[in-house]
Amino acid sequence: MFSNGFMFSTSFTWNDLLFLLQGAWVTLLLTFWSMLLGTVMGVSCGLLRALLPRATIPLGWFLDIFRSVPLLIQFVLFNSLKSIVGLDWSAFTVGCVVLGVYVAAFCTEIVRSGVLSVPQNLRLASRSLGMTYWQDLRYVVMPLATRVAFPGWLNLSLSAMKDTALVMWIGIIELLRASQAIVTRIQEPLLVLCIAGLIYYLISLVVSRLGAQVEKRWQQND
Amino acid sequence: MFDYTFQWRTAFRALPDMLEGAVVTFETAALSMIFGILIALALLAMREAPNPATRAVAGTWVSIARNTPALFQIYIVYFGLGAIGMHVSSWAALLAGITFNNAGYLAENFRGGLKAIPDTQVRAARSLGMSSFQAYRLVVVPQLLRIVFYPITNQMVWAVLMTSLGVIVGLNNDLTGVTQDYNVRTFRTFELFALAAVLYYLIAKLIVVIARLLAWRLFRY
Amino acid sequence: MIEIEKVHKSFKDLEVIKGVDLTVQKGEVVSIVGGSGSGKSTLLMCINGLENIQGGSIRVDGTEVHAKGTDINKLRQKIGIVFQQWNAFPHLNVLENTMLAPRKVLGKSRAEAEELAVKQLTHVGLADKLKVFPGKLSGGQQQRMAIARALAMSPDYMLFDEATSALDPQLVGEVLDTMRLLAEDGMTMILVTHEIPFARDVSDRVAFFREGLIHEIGPPDQVIDNPQKPETAAFLKSVV
Repeated sequence: MFSNGFMFSTSFTWNDLLFLLQGAWVTLLLTFWSMLLGTVMGVSCGLLRALLPRATIPLGWFLDIFRSVPLLIQFVLFNSLKSIVGLDWSAFTVGCVVLGVYVAAFCTEIVRSGVLSVPQNLRLASRSLGMTYWQDLRYVVMPLATRVAFPGWLNLSLSAMKDTALVMWIGIIELLRASQAIVTRIQEPLLVLCIAGLIYYLISLVVSRLGAQVEKRWQQND
Repeated sequence: MFDYTFQWRTAFRALPDMLEGAVVTFETAALSMIFGILIALALLAMREAPNPATRAVAGTWVSIARNTPALFQIYIVYFGLGAIGMHVSSWAALLAGITFNNAGYLAENFRGGLKAIPDTQVRAARSLGMSSFQAYRLVVVPQLLRIVFYPITNQMVWAVLMTSLGVIVGLNNDLTGVTQDYNVRTFRTFELFALAAVLYYLIAKLIVVIARLLAWRLFRY
Repeated sequence: MIEIEKVHKSFKDLEVIKGVDLTVQKGEVVSIVGGSGSGKSTLLMCINGLENIQGGSIRVDGTEVHAKGTDINKLRQKIGIVFQQWNAFPHLNVLENTMLAPRKVLGKSRAEAEELAVKQLTHVGLADKLKVFPGKLSGGQQQRMAIARALAMSPDYMLFDEATSALDPQLVGEVLDTMRLLAEDGMTMILVTHEIPFARDVSDRVAFFREGLIHEIGPPDQVIDNPQKPETAAFLKSVV
């Protein structure tokens, strides 16, 4: 690959890079689906926890379990449960579901603190204008809660992307597993891992930049 | 409905070994936290250093730690160092990887916590004649500890959960490693890992409870 | 009209309103003055149901505010309230802030609501700030927006809860002018205020609130210039 003047030669080919990128694509897909699932569940649970704090204490405990058990073990458990119960899901689906529930557990807290951060005074103002409970929630509380929750949610999506690496344990070939496969062939772990690391880093950077843009847009107005 | 008969007895027979594994898990996590905090404090100082190279090193560490998977970091130590001829055990790689990760996240937490302490505090301390080091040690760090106590507790729980990754690089004497050992021998995947999950949950809750007690004793002002 | 009859209100064990009677006719402007913590603001919040009452009754145009079957949201459409902290919605610009309730509560179309909002905002002197976000306005401007926002609902009654107390002194005047115009236009208003000269100027009646009760009430030239009760005189002296 690199020759003249470089004491550097490698067996890493363009095909290998392609293989890595395919793995990266799987990583992105897993992140996307788990964030979708997790955010929908997280927003619902977060709202419930914020608006009905005492009634939903059991829900809080239940979600806490998913934050207190290693993700790796959650993958293994759900995978084996799937076989026991006889569900015909692909490993990819299992990965998305488990990661989705994991994300939901964290998202609930993020949404909850976002909703609780909206000053009570603003809600008094909107109710005084005659808005119903739901209108107040929809047009005043949620937009403001979203702004507060956004940085935490963005961090969560980056976390989810990094946690996708664990699905290799249930047999899915995402970026890190792909890099491992190449290493077994060409025995240049440092190089391959660094390239994989760079890809993770780049994805992370792009997502963070996009997030910063969104936040900037909001800040211009406030 | 199920074609599978649960055999909990097999799982419970593994319990003593699993408990020993749990102790290893806890020790590993604790070590990684101690080193992690020390390195994080160093990183914190380095990021304020006048030398741009020092700042860059610290910045890069934190950046890599926070933007790449923990498993990746463990891999780099395990496979990467192996390639340059240093052979590290699974346990050492796990510890190094988690410590690297912890240090990065804690450094960010500390930075945020530091921002919350007004710099008039340092000014006041210096005007009383304290050196810079004394000012930080006697006035800033105690206040910082209080602010970052909750994030540190969270990170400790995180570290405990992260030790489970050791099994992927072949570790077999932490909780997950022991569980996996029994798994390949008895194939009672669900029962064994369910038991492991319960143990992890208990350890996590224990850490939170101890932390709360500590906080109550330390931060009574 | 608003009929407040023998109203009692407590916060846990502390009774802050101890049996207040007050009737406000259509077109009247009533000012309520008194020391801090005497329960004046709480009384206003009871009128539109933001606080509940433990005894007595409050009727607005015959409808009992605190009855179980009352549609409180419908009632609040008739009563506008301006708070000490203007409570602007930070994520909407001035025009959107004012248009929100007419569109979502009254069901007006976007065009109708905009026309209504622009009219009210022009009335309070914010015609050139329609697309600006509240965060960029001064306290006085935000408070005027809050007034326009409440007026956009075409309420029959307007309540002002110490609307100028949180403002810098030089901004108080513009808000008072807005309120004065409103009074001159015939709006029924109940004001809780510390601005005694203003109260004397615009009110039909002034009530002195003390320790949870209306201690003295009457036309301004009586209560303010010629108080009958010694406590009223003492209070007025202390705020001059």
